[in-house]
Amino acid sequence: MASDNMNTANSFNITSGNRSKFTETLVKAAMILCSLVAVAVTIGIVLSLIFEALEFFKRIPLSEFLFSTEWSPQTALRSDQVATEGKFGVIPLFTGTMLISAIAMCVATPLGLASAVFLAEYASKRTRDWVKPMLEILAGIPTVVYGFFAALTVAPFIRMTGGNVGLEVSSESALAAGLVMGIMIVPLISSLSDDVINAVPQAMRDASLGLGATHSETVKQVILPAALPGIAGSLLLAASRAIGETMIVVMAAGLAANLTANPLEAVTTITAQIVALLTGDQEFDSAKTLSAFALGLLLFIVTLALNYLSLRIVKKYREKYD
Amino acid sequence: MQKTPLITAKDVDVFYGTKQALDKITLDIPEHKVTSLIGPSGCGKTTFLRCINRMNDLVDICRVEGQIEIAGQDIYAPEVDVVALRAHVGMVFQKPNPFPKSIFDNVAYGPKIHGLVSTKSDMEEVVEWSLRKAGLWEEVKDRLNETGTGLSGGQQQRLCIARAIAVKPKVILMDEPCSALDPIATAIIEELIDELRKKFTIIIVTHSMQQAARVSQRTAFFHMGNLVESGATKTIFTSPQDERTQNYITGRIG
Amino acid sequence: MTNPDANFLKGQKHLTRRYRAEQRFQWIGRIAIAASLTFLVFMVASIFWQGKGALITTKIALTVDLSTEMIDPANIKGASFDKIIKLALRTEFPEATKRKQKKRLYALVSSDAGFQLRDQILEGPALLGADQTIWVSASDDVDMLMKGHIDRNKPQNSRRLSDQQISWIDALLVKQVFNTGFFTNGDSREPELAGILSALVGSALSLLICFALSFPIGIMSAIYLEEFAKKGRWSDLIEININNLAAVPSIVFGLLGLSIFLNVFGLPRSSPLVGGMVLSLMTLPTIIIAARASLRAVPPSIREAALGMGASPVQATFHHVAPLAMPGFLTGTIVGMAQALGETAPLLMIGMVAFIVDIPGSILEPATALPVQIFLWADSPERAFLEKTSAAIIVLLIFLVLMNIIAIILRKKYEIRF
Ligand SMILES: Nc1ncnc2c1ncn2[C@@H]1O[C@H](COP(=O)(O)OP(=O)(O)O)[C@@H](O)[C@H]1O
Ligand SMILES: [Mg+2]
Repeated sequence: MASDNMNTANSFNITSGNRSKFTETLVKAAMILCSLVAVAVTIGIVLSLIFEALEFFKRIPLSEFLFSTEWSPQTALRSDQVATEGKFGVIPLFTGTMLISAIAMCVATPLGLASAVFLAEYASKRTRDWVKPMLEILAGIPTVVYGFFAALTVAPFIRMTGGNVGLEVSSESALAAGLVMGIMIVPLISSLSDDVINAVPQAMRDASLGLGATHSETVKQVILPAALPGIAGSLLLAASRAIGETMIVVMAAGLAANLTANPLEAVTTITAQIVALLTGDQEFDSAKTLSAFALGLLLFIVTLALNYLSLRIVKKYREKYD
Repeated sequence: MQKTPLITAKDVDVFYGTKQALDKITLDIPEHKVTSLIGPSGCGKTTFLRCINRMNDLVDICRVEGQIEIAGQDIYAPEVDVVALRAHVGMVFQKPNPFPKSIFDNVAYGPKIHGLVSTKSDMEEVVEWSLRKAGLWEEVKDRLNETGTGLSGGQQQRLCIARAIAVKPKVILMDEPCSALDPIATAIIEELIDELRKKFTIIIVTHSMQQAARVSQRTAFFHMGNLVESGATKTIFTSPQDERTQNYITGRIG
Repeated sequence: MTNPDANFLKGQKHLTRRYRAEQRFQWIGRIAIAASLTFLVFMVASIFWQGKGALITTKIALTVDLSTEMIDPANIKGASFDKIIKLALRTEFPEATKRKQKKRLYALVSSDAGFQLRDQILEGPALLGADQTIWVSASDDVDMLMKGHIDRNKPQNSRRLSDQQISWIDALLVKQVFNTGFFTNGDSREPELAGILSALVGSALSLLICFALSFPIGIMSAIYLEEFAKKGRWSDLIEININNLAAVPSIVFGLLGLSIFLNVFGLPRSSPLVGGMVLSLMTLPTIIIAARASLRAVPPSIREAALGMGASPVQATFHHVAPLAMPGFLTGTIVGMAQALGETAPLLMIGMVAFIVDIPGSILEPATALPVQIFLWADSPERAFLEKTSAAIIVLLIFLVLMNIIAIILRKKYEIRF
């Protein structure tokens, strides 16, 4: 390859040799193909979800899916049974998802933000160096482990505590799943917010401290307001993570499609239902199976919107201080 | 000098880690005058300025030795409270740094945290007073709720001055306040500084000899961490005692 | 100069209030961190506590009659080993005469006891011909009793072992030994026999596929995006795509795998091949993002030097830039693999939830994965599965810790310093 365009005293050839050009084109083509995989995956997700969901909406009208308040996807178990038409109203699943995510955010937002502020503003470098990786461990533990802990330790504990103070707590409560999920997303919020807080220019701190503000006054009144858009972005990302989380809710939240705002009752979520619909015996092409894809499409749209919004906000915020 | 100086620095040494940035600085700063600190880049002007309101406390590796007294009190004494100190020694920075809040909130911030005013109308009064003193009132009185970062560079710097004087400090420290501004904005601020010295004692770091000559009554010349000489601005500029001062003023070093 | 407030620098009264607020504020941060870390420690500790029991199992000594009447030395495998075990139990406790009593008696040993006896005889045929004392696995209930999870003081109809069964156990010679079966067996309906080997192999095969796909694709696209692609709408589109994929819920990847890999391509359901393919799609963004960061850390002077020597851009990249970025590529890949190892939901979608006793022999055979095994066991009602689940989690966590330690060492050792 090198000899092709080697220039010696008597031949000054500055056009590239054919062979090297060919391999280079080949390598480049391979690289382009590889980077198109990411696009192909997105297209694959969108097409497969839309295609199967359309099949579903041929059987169950979109309006019923979106606005009906009852979810019981029972269809015939054996061919000789009369198929009872299932009910496919997504509202209880949607509210269940929101309830659990809201509980998770209520746990994760204060913990994550307070941790981020402490790490970014107060902690010594040594403290940072060991606390940050420790918090990251929370994000690295597989969700099935959280699910196990939520179902077998946290839920019974809440039930028992609730019983002691005279509260009726279902054995699979939204609270247990939400609490544990909240802890899981703490590092997501804390590390993103930490970055955002560090991006606030030092000049803001100097100005405030130079006026005689205490450190906490500076944080509360100058730094956090300045970092607010970035923090909002990180919270949106965390919310999207909570909405899409599967194993914790499958193991700890249960399958009862209750339309309730009571965190002590059992609710189910979009993700838990997808798992329930697609594990175990399934006849393909039944409304029950196809409905999982309609749920998947809904989940994809909601999380995509949240992610997109969050990325936009954070990007805008970054530009402001660069 | 007939009056006792407001600020006296005696044998001030500053170290960043093991590197010495200031060496035995002894300097008196009189009240209600503008004192300018001049000298080539890196000679320690900013460092000295930041010693006076203890902003250097924020730099972990920075260590200050010696004594600085304001109105007879050692500001590095253990019982001194930096928050209280900074309420009396305000600072204006090189780059305008308004908070990303409204113009009103920017100015109101200091009085609010120090609990200087209690009612809304008092606060409005303080804000108006500060903005007038900073020569910004006429330009912004109709848009106090707009964000401070939307102003021009010169206006932003005057907003920062208004913010600093709103807590009615004794001393205002200014670190090259005009270096990021155009000549017109600079002229406005220089005029303002002259006006402000009636109420406040001002220490200004500047890169420009002309500016030092125009705005200050006293000048101190720093060189490589040493205070070479200080005195009345006129004397320093017309008959410097030290060769280094002369070289700097005539543009041979810098 | 006269000074109206001579002590103006000392803390004033309202300052103490402000400092209290300052302290409070700092403590809120400390408490938040402590709360999260306490949760972490508590969760991990409780799982270790529950799981450590699975490393121990209970064996029972039985005196079995291995005379030639019972076993024909020419046809050892033809003998009925279950009968021998049952006979041994009946001889030990002749009082068990009623059908129900006998059933309870037999329930003391594992249903696998006959096979264990056979294996021991096949290994040492010298045992044949006389009465021998051999060790076989106890049933899970006996195991739980020995580990103290069954309360002897409770009335007998509210525990899983009757008074008589407990008295038999007390009369028998039992010992607690290290549970090798947990690491060498596949799944089983009997808790005392269930092991994680099949799940481990399933995970390993899936990860192998995942690595084989996502490493080259991820690195190639990172190199293209970082070194060759012109900044523009096209590269922006790819970039947005990658960022969004990184945040798509994992279960959606499972739906993709189900509808495209299984239903369109017709690949075998429940196989590590499909599992690995789905996981590779999920790890791709992680690898690409890490690899790009690592490429960006290579200083431009390296590229300039190579280009200045007459290397083509492709040569400069693959001969000079990529080798320097390699530790970063590997670190990102290991982190991605660790994520993939813990992933459960997408594998449920493609049917890797099957009950797998046999160790999968190829990437096309039905298999399960370690986290899915955890999910399955967590659903089982038997008390004995609780400790199996916890122990499987411990194994999973140990693998994750090892992978992350390797990544950290790589990062520290080859950190690019220019
Ligand atoms: N935060 C710091 N850490 C280490 N060294 C510093 C720091 N700030 C200033 N210095 C050093 O102290 C010396 C004086 O700096 P400075 O006071 O900023 O100079 P001037 O303002 O006169 O240009 C310089 O040599 C500079 O490198
Ligand atoms: Mg300076």
